Amino acid sequence: MPEIRITPPLSDIDIKKIKSGDRLLITGIVYAARDAAHRRMAERIERGEELPFDIRGQIIYYMGPAPARPGTAVGSAGPTTSGRMDRYSPALIKMGLKGMIGKGPRSEDMIRTMREYGCLYMAAVGGAGALLSRRIKSSTVIAWEDMGAEALRRMEVVDFPVIVVNDSEGRDLYRESVSRYRIDG
Amino acid sequence: MKEILYSDIVKGVKEICMEANFNLGSDVIDAFRKGIEAEESPVGRDVLKQLIENAEIAADDKIAMCQDTGFAVFFVEMGDTVRIAGGAITDAINEGVRLGYDEGCLRKSICHPFTRKNTGDNTPAVIHYEPVPGDRLKITIAPKGGGSENMSGIAMLNPSDGVEGVVQYVVGKVIESGANPCPPVIVGVGIGGTFEKAALLSKKALLRTVGSVNPDQEAYALEKVILDRINRSGVGPQGLGGRVTALAVHVIIHPCHMASLPVAVNINCHAYRHKEIEF
Repeated sequence: MPEIRITPPLSDIDIKKIKSGDRLLITGIVYAARDAAHRRMAERIERGEELPFDIRGQIIYYMGPAPARPGTAVGSAGPTTSGRMDRYSPALIKMGLKGMIGKGPRSEDMIRTMREYGCLYMAAVGGAGALLSRRIKSSTVIAWEDMGAEALRRMEVVDFPVIVVNDSEGRDLYRESVSRYRIDG
Repeated sequence: MKEILYSDIVKGVKEICMEANFNLGSDVIDAFRKGIEAEESPVGRDVLKQLIENAEIAADDKIAMCQDTGFAVFFVEMGDTVRIAGGAITDAINEGVRLGYDEGCLRKSICHPFTRKNTGDNTPAVIHYEPVPGDRLKITIAPKGGGSENMSGIAMLNPSDGVEGVVQYVVGKVIESGANPCPPVIVGVGIGGTFEKAALLSKKALLRTVGSVNPDQEAYALEKVILDRINRSGVGPQGLGGRVTALAVHVIIHPCHMASLPVAVNINCHAYRHKEIEF
C-alpha cells in the first residue's frame, strides 16, 4: 500500500482525502502531550485562557519521551495509550485540532466528534520507541517543564510513520480489521 | 555466612536496569520471527518486522527499546546464609535503580497517585523477596510498562466455574484489552492461592522464557487452550487485525481455598524485558 505524505497544519480538505487504513508519513511539526499536559490544557480552556500553541490544523502525539542522550534530539519515543485522553480531546478538536497520534481505540464520543469536526486519529507502532525516535529531528519543551517527560513539546519529525485508524467519516480500523481476522467458534 | 557488598549490589542493579531496557531477549525476537511466518495480515507482518528492527536499533545504540522503561519490578531470591555488608538490600536496589535510570537515559515514570508529582528517579522499586536455602542471591528485574499493566485483572470465580470459567476470563481480558497493551503480548496467569497470591503468581509467570515448556502438565495444557483462543480473536499485532495477538501464555497453578477460585491476569507488552544477576 502506498504511503501518503502530509505536513501540518492540515485543512478540512486535506482531512477529507485521508481514509481509515491509509499509511501516512508525517513531516513537519507535531506537538507531544500526554495525560498531565492534557489536564493542564483542559484547565486553561476552563479558565478561558489561551493554549501554549495555536492548535488550529495541528497534530498532537500522545507521547512522553525517554531522556535524550547527548547529541540526539530525543530518547525512545513511542506512543502511549490514547483512551486516557478521550475526556480531554473533544474540547481540543472543537478548537481546531486536526490529528492525534497514539495507540489503542477511542471512545464512541470521540469518534463522533472526529466525524463532526473533521479530525484524524492515527496509530504509531506502540513499543517501537527506538525506531520512531530516529524520525524525530528536534524537540523543544514549550510549556510545563516541571512535568518532566509529561511536558508539552514541539517536535520536528521527518517521514514519521502512522496508520489512520479513525477518519472524518467515522470509520474505525481497529474494529474493521479485527472482525476481518476473527475466527468464530 | 556469605557476605555480599552493598556497593556490589548497587552496581549490579544499575547494570541490569540498563541492559533489560536496551537488549530484548533472543526468545522474544525468535517469537517475532515465527510470528511473521504465521501472520496472515500484511499490516501485522509489517508491525512484527518493525519490532525486530526496533530491537536492533535499541541494542546497537544503547537506547531504551520503548520510552516506557517501566516500573522497576524486582524478584529477589535471597539465601538464608547471605549477609549484606554496608547497608540494607532494599536501599541497595533502589540506589541501583536511581543510578541505572539516570545513566541509561531511561524515563522516570513513577509519580504520586493524586498530585501526579514525579518522584524524579523512578524509585521506589517494587521488590518481591523470597527466602531460599543456601548462600546465593539472585536479583531479577522485570521493568513493567504502564499501558500493559493497566489491562491486568483479577477475578474471584466460583469454584463451579472451573477450567472453562478461567479460560473465558483470561481470553476475555486479553481480547477486551485490544490494542492497548501493545500486542503481540505475553500473558501471565496466576490461578489459585488468595487474592494477592494469584496476582503475584500472574506477574511471576512473566519471568519465564518465551517458548519454554511448562513442566506442570496441567498448566501446559491450559496454556495451549488459552493461546489458541486468544489468537483466534483477530486482534493481531498492535490490534490492527491478524493472528498473532499473543506470543505466549504462561500459567502458574497454586492450591486455593475450598470456597474460592481466584484467577489473575497480568499482560506484558512485546517489550518482554527481564535481566538477572546472581551473586
